[in-house]
Amino acid sequence: MMKTGFFRIIPFLIFLILMFFLMRGLTLDPHKLPSTKIGQALPAFRLPRLLDETQQVTEAFLRGKVHLVNIWASWCDACIDEQFFLMQLKSQGVLIFGINYKDRSKQAVHWLHTYGDPYLMIAEDKEGKLAIDLGVYGTPETFLVDREGRIRYRHVGILNESLWETEFLPRMKELDKSRV
Amino acid sequence: MFRYCKVKWAASLFLLLCVANVSLANTLYPLPSKRQDAQFEHLLKELRCLVCQNQDLADSHASLAEDLRLQVYEMVKDGKSDSEIVNYLTARYGDFILFKPPVKAITALLWFGPFLFLALGLSVAWRFRGKQTKEVELSS
Repeated sequence: MMKTGFFRIIPFLIFLILMFFLMRGLTLDPHKLPSTKIGQALPAFRLPRLLDETQQVTEAFLRGKVHLVNIWASWCDACIDEQFFLMQLKSQGVLIFGINYKDRSKQAVHWLHTYGDPYLMIAEDKEGKLAIDLGVYGTPETFLVDREGRIRYRHVGILNESLWETEFLPRMKELDKSRV
Repeated sequence: MFRYCKVKWAASLFLLLCVANVSLANTLYPLPSKRQDAQFEHLLKELRCLVCQNQDLADSHASLAEDLRLQVYEMVKDGKSDSEIVNYLTARYGDFILFKPPVKAITALLWFGPFLFLALGLSVAWRFRGKQTKEVELSS
């Protein structure tokens, strides 16, 4: 009798399990994909510098410092929303390396004049090859890179204050601690 | 009669578009051999566009899909194997780029879950079948 009682509630258990997954599905964003690059070194590159194309930049430019790598483009509307916060980060002393993704130099420079330039250095990735190596699938994207040039965190989409405080700051503090 | 003609016209236009599509793919991405042509085509169908996620790379017009198509094209032209190309892409974009997920510990439930539920359902059915016949016996 006990046994049949247990079997009777199986449909209800299945219903509960189904509900659990469906509820979870409501809050999941299918566009948030895990990066395969976490813990790996920044891919090697040699690209022209945006503001002076006679110069070239490599991945070693900010080696030795904890920094952000931000992928942006002048055709990307969401990048405008993000720029205000990046300017704020710049004023706090955060080092940001920019990768100008599949853009025209003239428009990119004009865009920086309009919305502000928070970058220490900008590399031009006109063909999007570096973006493929980084696994970029949407702009803006922001990578947190440690002193050894390893990627520690990746965020796809607009970076904002709350994300900065919950995801980036704790990781940066940890990276700072590991130095001492 | 007029209606029939219209249908016929639509059908032939549709066929023409299908044919045009195939020849377009060949002129955009010319490959030296038929074997490579086939490889390129089946790879694009197995790979997901990461921007419009329910489209394959062959189908999508997103600019990232165009770049990835070109990347796959160049690798096929260089004579790379399917697994080399797929590994190159999953190293960058993860297993999500594949429509068919590989069998791993994390995807085990996805692959074998249906069998688990089938077994569960069968055992429940078995249980209730026995009980019902007993009840019928009792009432008669």
